[in-house]
Amino acid sequence: MKSFGGNVLFLNRSDINTDEIIPAKYLTESDKSALRPYLLEDLTLEGFNPKADVQDKAVVVSRANFGCGSSREHAPWALEVNGIHVVIAESYARIFRQNMFNCGLLAIELTTEQVDLLFREYAGHATVMRVDLDSSILHVERKGRKDDILFRVSDFDRALVEAGGWVEYADARYS
Amino acid sequence: MGQTTAEKIFERHLIDKPFGNEVYVLRLDAVFCHEITTPIAINDLIARGKDRVFDPSRIKAVIDHVTPAKDSKTAEQGRIMREWARRHELKDFFDVGRNGVCHALFPEKGFARPGYTIIMGDSHTCTHGAFGAFAAGVGTTDLEVGILKGVCAFRKPETIKIEVTGALKPGVYAKDLILFIIKQLTVNGATDKVVEFTGPVIDRMSMEERMTVCNMAIEAGGTCGICYPDATTVDYLWPFISGDYASKEDALKDFQQWLPDADAVYAETRTFDVSTLTPQVTFGYKPDQVKDVSELEGTPVDQVYIGSCTNGRIEDMRVAAAILRGKKISDRVRAVVSPATPGVFSCALEEGLIKIFQDAGCCVTNPTCGACLGMSNGVLAAGEVAASTTNRNFNGRMGKGGMVHLMSPATAAATALTGVITRAEPVN
Repeated sequence: MKSFGGNVLFLNRSDINTDEIIPAKYLTESDKSALRPYLLEDLTLEGFNPKADVQDKAVVVSRANFGCGSSREHAPWALEVNGIHVVIAESYARIFRQNMFNCGLLAIELTTEQVDLLFREYAGHATVMRVDLDSSILHVERKGRKDDILFRVSDFDRALVEAGGWVEYADARYS
Repeated sequence: MGQTTAEKIFERHLIDKPFGNEVYVLRLDAVFCHEITTPIAINDLIARGKDRVFDPSRIKAVIDHVTPAKDSKTAEQGRIMREWARRHELKDFFDVGRNGVCHALFPEKGFARPGYTIIMGDSHTCTHGAFGAFAAGVGTTDLEVGILKGVCAFRKPETIKIEVTGALKPGVYAKDLILFIIKQLTVNGATDKVVEFTGPVIDRMSMEERMTVCNMAIEAGGTCGICYPDATTVDYLWPFISGDYASKEDALKDFQQWLPDADAVYAETRTFDVSTLTPQVTFGYKPDQVKDVSELEGTPVDQVYIGSCTNGRIEDMRVAAAILRGKKISDRVRAVVSPATPGVFSCALEEGLIKIFQDAGCCVTNPTCGACLGMSNGVLAAGEVAASTTNRNFNGRMGKGGMVHLMSPATAAATALTGVITRAEPVN
């Protein structure tokens, strides 16, 4: 099983859209790795510096309706090529969420209370999160605090992550 | 238990339920493709040694987002599409000159039908639900599997039913209605759900107006907007289906199999009497931030844009031209008009609308999505404001640092004349 986790980037706003994750002008790239420098370029959030703040991050924590807007899979790709394989949010736009799992990436949904706790206790601190997919537990840690949060991934989503994505899954199953 | 339209379509297209009722793998009637989200799927299929298509007659492809190519990268995207379409002998590939905005072009060609399942790597694919189809935007991976296998997986969506009663006042359009509905639903009020639009106001709408409404279902998070197929649907599709049915009545009867059952179960049913609705406009960076135009009147704009998969069809051109006829746009704005398809362009030319636009001082471009998402043909500079008939007002959508107010073609045209957001006088 692929291991997920690492340093956490907190994006404290709902409705972060795909144009903010990767602006349309970069959709002319035919190679995913070319998206790397532009992740979250158009996100204006107090205290957020796109270039510096995405460095060495592996997990994004955000609020409701993350990834709304366009169907562009360039949004998960832009995260992926920056080493971010996990997003944690209260809710997602349908297409973004499906795109994440279709790429074998994780889009984990937590309750508002759980996300509140993450922002309250961890945002602003150097935070590391490890995702244990087998036991469905998020291990969150910073200096002076630790939490284990139980999460749920559906059977289909888990199968996609385990297969490495929807192409692999569908190719093995449908003629 | 009765079924909604989407449930009926799901049942008839189901090929697999790999995990109980969690996910439904559906057979696809059509896979639509454009040059922004398809080339990476094509390249991936090639890399996997699976450069195949499930059925060349069910794949429809167009170059529409940046056309003609603006630089080497967009030229490369076009090349990948073009060579792929030739290699697989796709009958319906629309290259430069024959191309238009996908969600305007494909309906015009008769590719969207009642009861169809359709996917495309484009969020506004929900537009085609106007024909009583289940049409959903997907990412490149879903598209890739769709191209290869002709299947796509969906959670079974619940449906929100929106009944629109009363009558729209003159000067109030389908765009005003859908902006108003999104304001009520909010930007994620329909997430993971299908939205059925019904009621006398929808019944009286043309197919073009229904497409404007369904086009923006995604702005409330909706998977697909759906209007019920009726005599209007049959009339629109008749040139494409007249060989399949003995009469329009027969076609209607066939289409009616997709109507929801009387005892269908809905997640939510909402009724809006829109008799007092006035023209609507967005004010922030989210499409549910909507006010009456009267509240924003006088707001200066730098660019007016009339076009897109929301409002680039001939009825939109006619409304805009009726307001601009014999007048000049304000010196403080530039106005860009992009008829959404070659058919719309030709029709506008024959009806004298293109001349009206040009005489008014508008720039008329070829059909393209370009300006709507800040890719080409009308990108905003930082700090500039657009009055636009498109569907998204995200921060920087039409150009980094730019601001977008969404509105109807009538309001956009009236705004072009004054240079500030202006409510149009009703036109006939």
